[in-house]
Amino acid sequence: MNILTKPWLWSCVAAALAYALILGLTSGRGAGELAYAALSFGAFAAIVGLGQMLVITLGPGNVDLSIPATMTLAATLALKAMGTDPGTAVLGLGIALAVGFGVGVANYALIYLLRLPPIIATLAASLIYQSLAIWSNRGLRIKPPEGLADFATGRFLGLPNVTWVGLLLAIVVWIALERSVWGRWLLATGQNMRVARLAGVPVELVRASTYISVSVFAALAGYLLASFSGGAALNMGAEYLLMSIAVVVIGGSSIAGGNSNVPGVWGAALFMFLVVSMLNSYGAGAGARNVLTGAIIIGIVIAASTRRART
Amino acid sequence: MTDHESAPIVSLDNAAKHFGPVKALDGVSLVVTPGDCIGLVGHNGAGKSTLVNLINGALAPSSGSVGFSGGTSANEAGVRSVFQELSLCPNLTVAENLRISHTALKGPGWRRHARAEILQSLDTIFPGHGIDPMSEVDTLSIAERQMVEIAIGFAPRGMAARLVILDEPTSSLDAGIADQLLEHIKQFCAKGGAVVFISHMMGEVFEVASRIVVLKDGRIVAERDAADFTRQGLVDAMGHVTAEAADTAGTRQEFGPEVVRTEQGLTARKGEIVGLSGLAGHGQAAALARLYLSRSSAFRPGTSPEVVFVAGDRPRDGVLPLWSILRNISISVLGQGARHGLVDRDAEARIADQWKTRIGIRTDDVTNPILSLSGGNQQKVLFARALASPAPVVIMDDPMRGVDVGTKQDVYAMIRAEAARGRTFLWYSTETEEVCQCDRVFVFRDHEISAELTGADITEEKILEASFVLEEAS
Repeated sequence: MNILTKPWLWSCVAAALAYALILGLTSGRGAGELAYAALSFGAFAAIVGLGQMLVITLGPGNVDLSIPATMTLAATLALKAMGTDPGTAVLGLGIALAVGFGVGVANYALIYLLRLPPIIATLAASLIYQSLAIWSNRGLRIKPPEGLADFATGRFLGLPNVTWVGLLLAIVVWIALERSVWGRWLLATGQNMRVARLAGVPVELVRASTYISVSVFAALAGYLLASFSGGAALNMGAEYLLMSIAVVVIGGSSIAGGNSNVPGVWGAALFMFLVVSMLNSYGAGAGARNVLTGAIIIGIVIAASTRRART
Repeated sequence: MTDHESAPIVSLDNAAKHFGPVKALDGVSLVVTPGDCIGLVGHNGAGKSTLVNLINGALAPSSGSVGFSGGTSANEAGVRSVFQELSLCPNLTVAENLRISHTALKGPGWRRHARAEILQSLDTIFPGHGIDPMSEVDTLSIAERQMVEIAIGFAPRGMAARLVILDEPTSSLDAGIADQLLEHIKQFCAKGGAVVFISHMMGEVFEVASRIVVLKDGRIVAERDAADFTRQGLVDAMGHVTAEAADTAGTRQEFGPEVVRTEQGLTARKGEIVGLSGLAGHGQAAALARLYLSRSSAFRPGTSPEVVFVAGDRPRDGVLPLWSILRNISISVLGQGARHGLVDRDAEARIADQWKTRIGIRTDDVTNPILSLSGGNQQKVLFARALASPAPVVIMDDPMRGVDVGTKQDVYAMIRAEAARGRTFLWYSTETEEVCQCDRVFVFRDHEISAELTGADITEEKILEASFVLEEAS
């Protein structure tokens, strides 16, 4: 198979191009720092993007819009429980993941029991999660335990620790999708839920586990981001709503479902960070940055859909 | 009958319609003159719909000719069709729906004219109908929609209707309303209009038709005055007993315990091939889907499934279009041989290759996309998917669509061999010849089982008899 036909290639090429353009502007100064920052910040986008990718793979109409609220709630509750005490990092992680699991169950229950469209269900539920976070936080900014903060900002073998977490998760998701029975079920469900059901796939089990996975991933990202940035903030997840969807689309997964792309998510996550850095270094204001980011996403969706139409 | 104008409204001369190699209509000559009321009968796939579509100009004949006297097209000649599948726009009002087929209505106040015209037509056909022409169609009941559709068919629409084709018009009407319609048809024909009336209600056909045309396998096998037919004679004309039907009784065997029983009364024993028959759309497919869904879970991944499903409607129920042939086959057996939840890819490839040769899927490589196959070969993949699974009950929803004759024989043999090994088959088919291969047959009519046939009773004749309502609509 020709490597040019791999859809994940383009997001990686685009990321490399953006990287080269920035270095061209700075004549190569700060190449290492830029790569390090891209890998650090890209990791958070990659983690939520992997979860969102699983949900989008379920087929048209499936998307999780509660990711920002889940990140905030998980981070808030975890940091509150840890209370900056040393040696509580594992407890905090457990609480964050439990919050993610609970949110996933709640989202799926709304979708399955009330037959709400996932967009409505997750968006409406996210208001509740956000309110819970506000209510429990009460404006306090609690610092993460020192050891945990050191881990989140630290590095191992030259790469940021959060990048290692994101890469490890990508490998797990890749194995689940490409090699496991569950992955086959997910891909079949995403192509045609009725066909999958009639072929013996437990489609509701697949949907439930997928909605739980995305929330657990979001909770993990929230926990790491709060530790990385020195505390949970109520708007800490805001930018990850569009980001999570953008990295899936730019990464080459099909919006129509049934087809997903793990390496592409990482490429797209790096690309999204580098585009913003590039626009910053060219001196673009916040407005121009948003307009250009939106234009890039629309352009890639159009390019992806016309490519599919031709084949 | 005032037979003052005798020029035929439409005349078909040896008209044929082929869809690829399928001869839907194989040379039909038919003349419809003013005052004719033709009852058109025949079993599924006899070519009734194709014939209707040739007469109303929706299809052009592959060979032969279709001629109209009152103009060059069916529309100009005053030919209208009323279909059983409701074709109204649900978001528009009754009057607005009339406008769709009445292009002369335009300018200010067209709604008022449309309202008057449809109301008059409804009043004429269904006195006391109680339908408000300004109400939106989706607020009407199914029967009311069918009445509106019939009224639009008979409405003048700028020129008088000369020939109205009614395809199962009474299937959703109750007896009183149906009588009004039949009365109107008689009057319409007496005034020099013509009607082609398709129905599976024998009583109605005999009541209105002056002439009855029997279609079978794309040909007219009988065309006589209605008075010259008896009901039994008509059923006999629709289908004759095939020679193969006799020897199915030879391979009788003992069956095991009952493994399927539904509320509807559908039953099957271990090792038995149970057929579902009757006219298309009378609830057979729905009954099978319900049975499948009730015997499998959407939450619990069973390691040994109880039932498997072979779809006939491939895009809707069967094919996973993004995948290869291999993955399409193996989806039903992934659970077996999986270690730690991971797919055993060697076993998967082995199963796919084995079924490729066993069922003869025409491809060089099972990793080719499934959509690279022809329809018949895709169907073989779906058979392989089901038969590869160890499930004891196999449900088949008209699975032979687009499958060539040779493969059909292979699949029949495979089904019999699997049944002999103790598997149970539930097999819905629109082809009576296939149903005659079964050990027991349930005939469906109006979403209910109307007959259960066994052994020597399984004949095309008996099945047709149970599919059609022989008595007056009751």
